[in-house]
Amino acid sequence: MSANTVTAGDSVRFYDLDEHAHPEGHSTMLGFWIYLMSDCLIFAILFACFAVLGGNYAAGPAPKDLFDLPLVALNTAMLLFSSITYGFAVLQMQQGKVKGVQLWLAITGLFGLAFLGIELYEFHHLIEIGATPQRSAFLSSFFTLVGTHGLHVTFGIVWLVVLMVQLGKHGLIAANKRRVMCLSMFWHFLDVVWIGVFTIVYLMGVLR
Amino acid sequence: MPSNLPRFFARILRFSPLAALPLLSGCGLVVIDPAGDIARQQGNLIVISTVLMLLIIVPVMALTIFFAWRYRANNKEATYKPDWDHSTQLELVIWSAPLLIIICLGALTWVATHLLDPYRPLATTPEQVVAADAKPLDVNVVALDWKWLFIYPEQGVATVNELALPVNRPVRFRISASSVMNSFYIPALAGQIYAMPGMETKLHGIFDKTGEYEGFSANYSGAGFSHMRFAVKSLPAADFDKWVADAKASTDGGLDRATYLKLEVPSEKEPVRHFATVDPQLFDAVVNMCVEPGKMCMHDMMAIDARGGAGIAGIQNVRSVAYDKFAARGTGNLAGWSVRYVAALCSQQMKSADRPDARPVNPAPLKGEGLSRPGEAERTALNASTPRPMS
Amino acid sequence: MTPPPLPPTDPVFGKLSLAALPLHEPILIFTFLGVAVGGLVVLGLITRYRLWGYLWKDWFTTVDHKRIGIMYMILGLIMFLRGFADAIMMRLQQAMAFGGSEGYLPAHHYDQVFTAHGVIMIFFVAMPFITGLMNYIVPLQIGARDVSFPFLNNFSFWMTAAGAALTMVSLFVGEYAQTGWLAYPPLSGIAYSPNVGVDYYIWGLQIAGVGTTLSGINLIVTILKLRAPGMGLMKMPVFTWTSLCSNILIVASFPILTATLALLSLDRYAGTNFFTNDLGGSPMMYVNLIWIWGHPEVYILILPLFGVFSEVTSTFSGKKLFGYTSMVYATVCITILSYLVWLHHFFTMGSGASVNSFFGITTMVISIPTGAKLFNWLFTMYRGRIRFELPMMWTIAFMLTFVVGGMTGVLLAVPPADFVLHNSLFLIAHFHNVIIGGVLFGLFAAINYWWPKAFGFKLNVFWGKVSFWCWVVGFWLAFMPLYILGLMGVTRRMRVFDDPGLQIWFVIAAIGAGVIACGIAAMLIQFGVSIWKRKELADDSGDPWHGRTLEWATSSPPPDYNFAFTPVIHNLDAWHDMKTRGHERPVGGFRDIHMPSNTGTGIILAGFCLAMGFALVWHIWWLVIASFAATIAYAIFHTFNYKRDFDIPAATVAAVEEARTRQLAAGA
Repeated sequence: MSANTVTAGDSVRFYDLDEHAHPEGHSTMLGFWIYLMSDCLIFAILFACFAVLGGNYAAGPAPKDLFDLPLVALNTAMLLFSSITYGFAVLQMQQGKVKGVQLWLAITGLFGLAFLGIELYEFHHLIEIGATPQRSAFLSSFFTLVGTHGLHVTFGIVWLVVLMVQLGKHGLIAANKRRVMCLSMFWHFLDVVWIGVFTIVYLMGVLR
Repeated sequence: MPSNLPRFFARILRFSPLAALPLLSGCGLVVIDPAGDIARQQGNLIVISTVLMLLIIVPVMALTIFFAWRYRANNKEATYKPDWDHSTQLELVIWSAPLLIIICLGALTWVATHLLDPYRPLATTPEQVVAADAKPLDVNVVALDWKWLFIYPEQGVATVNELALPVNRPVRFRISASSVMNSFYIPALAGQIYAMPGMETKLHGIFDKTGEYEGFSANYSGAGFSHMRFAVKSLPAADFDKWVADAKASTDGGLDRATYLKLEVPSEKEPVRHFATVDPQLFDAVVNMCVEPGKMCMHDMMAIDARGGAGIAGIQNVRSVAYDKFAARGTGNLAGWSVRYVAALCSQQMKSADRPDARPVNPAPLKGEGLSRPGEAERTALNASTPRPMS
Repeated sequence: MTPPPLPPTDPVFGKLSLAALPLHEPILIFTFLGVAVGGLVVLGLITRYRLWGYLWKDWFTTVDHKRIGIMYMILGLIMFLRGFADAIMMRLQQAMAFGGSEGYLPAHHYDQVFTAHGVIMIFFVAMPFITGLMNYIVPLQIGARDVSFPFLNNFSFWMTAAGAALTMVSLFVGEYAQTGWLAYPPLSGIAYSPNVGVDYYIWGLQIAGVGTTLSGINLIVTILKLRAPGMGLMKMPVFTWTSLCSNILIVASFPILTATLALLSLDRYAGTNFFTNDLGGSPMMYVNLIWIWGHPEVYILILPLFGVFSEVTSTFSGKKLFGYTSMVYATVCITILSYLVWLHHFFTMGSGASVNSFFGITTMVISIPTGAKLFNWLFTMYRGRIRFELPMMWTIAFMLTFVVGGMTGVLLAVPPADFVLHNSLFLIAHFHNVIIGGVLFGLFAAINYWWPKAFGFKLNVFWGKVSFWCWVVGFWLAFMPLYILGLMGVTRRMRVFDDPGLQIWFVIAAIGAGVIACGIAAMLIQFGVSIWKRKELADDSGDPWHGRTLEWATSSPPPDYNFAFTPVIHNLDAWHDMKTRGHERPVGGFRDIHMPSNTGTGIILAGFCLAMGFALVWHIWWLVIASFAATIAYAIFHTFNYKRDFDIPAATVAAVEEARTRQLAAGA
């Protein structure tokens, strides 16, 4: 190795005598990103289950009997809009406007709630007509995949509310900015997952 | 000729001291010294692979000991090169030596895996010891809690916990299970294969020695697992025929669906039983999990699913089990929702009064196009108006 | 016909009732009495010596990676004793139950014992041991002051401990799973395992799994972000490299386990049909999924120990590690390949010859990088000056033992051979051969190697050698008969046997287990004696073995902040380089050091999760809701705490370093 060529006696610096502490939270984004990848793996398994079991209707209903594509398209639009509005919140943050961030976060949250509402309506309808998760492996994997995504959105909304309170209390300090960015990654991640759900579960299901 | 490779090695091995080792130990290493051709080839493969790997393992172990001894700290005569940490040639060797062994072993694996595939009919195995026109004996195997059921479709008999096979005649097993996963294994005959509920696996084997052997489940399946063993008799053809005749004269009665459902109830240390007759469609019903009257067979279900399901109307076609096999394990009540099944659309056993939905339907278009949209009040029931024989 | 009603569950106690206490099992009652008395004595002593405050402040709430590492090791050790007790019980049962004898364990008990043995040894012994080791050593080796997320580290530990606690509770309240350690459905489904055993299994693993995943993320980020200046990826010590790969495997495989177990629990709790026989479910899906996690798990366990062997061989041969670069690439190869082999755990499912041979051959391919590693250790010894201290003895024992395990592993990867050896005692012998011969021997090497770093004194050599020989001899005695029995066609998880000819082998194996028990006892004595005689065994230098990597550059035990000044790295063997080129330890110019503050959040959250797990097992729904709400609320409350760190004043650092200077001078 090249470092070996330095012979003893050369003045080599062995300690960093003038070090600056790592800025607080400098690896949070990397850590959160890795966490998202591990979460992504959970979704990957649920997708895989859906791919394998999604055709096992157990002589029950198939996607085309159950799904109302216009409704799901509306739902998708809610989530996509919420991603855009989250983007606006981040833009406001870069301009240092706390109120603006809070406002856009609130709008994002409302879109998220609308998404959840429509999803719950869909689930309620399915369960009412008897297409429960217990009916077939297809319905089990459908409810689990979509429901897990919905749970994530629910947690995202809880986090969003907490973050709005924290922004109100402390303003745009470094820690809060970091949290806004982490939630941003989380929120967009859910959006990407939903695009997968919409395509694979709903579109391909109905077109199959 | 790659297909001759294992045989070639096996011949060498017969004369090598290693092959003699198991014989010397005399402790009945049935895996190395079985009574069937398939198992013998598998056993030979173990020995061959071991020898191949010992080519590298033995030098490594020897070098470990030698280096440890030679370069011990108080041996000041040994060379000491504290900064020596790289040698391209040496690294090439240490990567390529295992690589070469694995290339050999990989080739051997590819060939042997295909040759000894349990699904492969025996007529084409290289060490064929029977006439090419020998018709294989069919045996259908069902792993029950915790005993084995053997159905001889050709002979029309069935047994519990006893398997008799004619020597030197290929045997073709079709294997399934009633409740949980087991593994069907007769070490003297051939390797094992899983017995799984709702699925069918296959195994081919042949005995070339007569004798009494043992078979068992090699996959843990619950409390009675240890006793899930059966006797295997490899008999000369005449003795086998006599055995069949004895079974046909058995006083244990016949094996119909009702008897099967009673037999299926968990029990341990079940004595050997012979059934003089057997319902010819029983095994198919077991594989398709529709022995219970009125339950839809899996192949029917899969056919409906392949055509796009049974629509909204299919939702209601679920009934709780009339015969509750879980209750026997004490789980009937606890497993509230799992004891539902899809009712047969058109099986003969079902009485019309049992049907969940008595309205008639047109059974033809099951693709889903003609079915009503979600939420619409008009539902289409799916009961067939004409009974169709079970396939 | 309506579905049969669910049994009424008590609104307050769920399914829990006095009947759940195993009062009819004398073995369990005596065990409980023993544990209860022992526990009370410990609690009494802690109270008597007023240690609660100390334990809470300095240990339970600590975010110091070193203390958390030690707590992981203690957890692993305690669970190891439990897991080993299970092993002894199995060996005794199998040695006794011949010729009509039912042995002393009924099926209900025996089936729990082998399930618990497997689960505990993998999840609550091997995992805490390696996580603890990585936690302690990695930050020191890369010249960091702590891990990237110190609070998360504390939380991860307590989640692991909570999972272990829930598993232990099953011993005395209710029952454990009777399914084997991977709980294959349909056997583990509600229809065939209707009682709480499988639920204990699921929730114990889920809670611990959260901790494992988070600690994996933490260590990856630590290694990627906190390396000392100059330490490029190819200048990282091999142990750090293998830890990095192992943690990548954790993050890339534990979520699979989480998802799979979640689906199984949905089947059990909500009546879904993922893995059921009926209504379109597919049990084989579970088998595939669990092994997609399960096989990488094996490499999660062994990789860090490969790192340990590299460090130990290099140090005690007084020589640079041979083939560092190929060692790193071999590690990375193993990491990637470990995802391409899972199907070799069930060739007998009937996948077809081409699929089986593909997975068989990929499995064999793994032996190439592994073989290269072995040769690298071999050529590190070559032309070295080998000192046979305890860590080196364990390493040599590993090399001689592991190759046999590796060989039988490759043998099992040949599908036709697997058809006759699958699920046999040959398989059991094989994986104990690699896990004991690889993981455990590696851990013992590591404990003997790094103990002086953690505590400032070496371990007693005499008892260490007693333990070593007992373990090595005991291991071969206990598992060679299993290889032979496997070749005799004897399958695993059997409780009673018919053939009396087999008994002698089981008796030998039981004797072997007894010898191993002596090895464990000797090891505990070794720890005790060493602590007793710590003054005589003291090491003031901080570098008792003439180490080569950075952890030896600081004092033993290291100060809270590890390094007063961050070292600058010029060479792979950074500390050896510093020593040979005459570095000067700085004795002045200290600055304030920024450190994370302790917090009780980790243990409190894990406590809520434990309550939630228990409530879920017993269907105590009000407690599920309450503890879940408490977990969320407390986690949110924690995020409102923005003051999570403090400064160690320069004066304090100066005083600590001054004491160190005196210690070094006294030792010299």
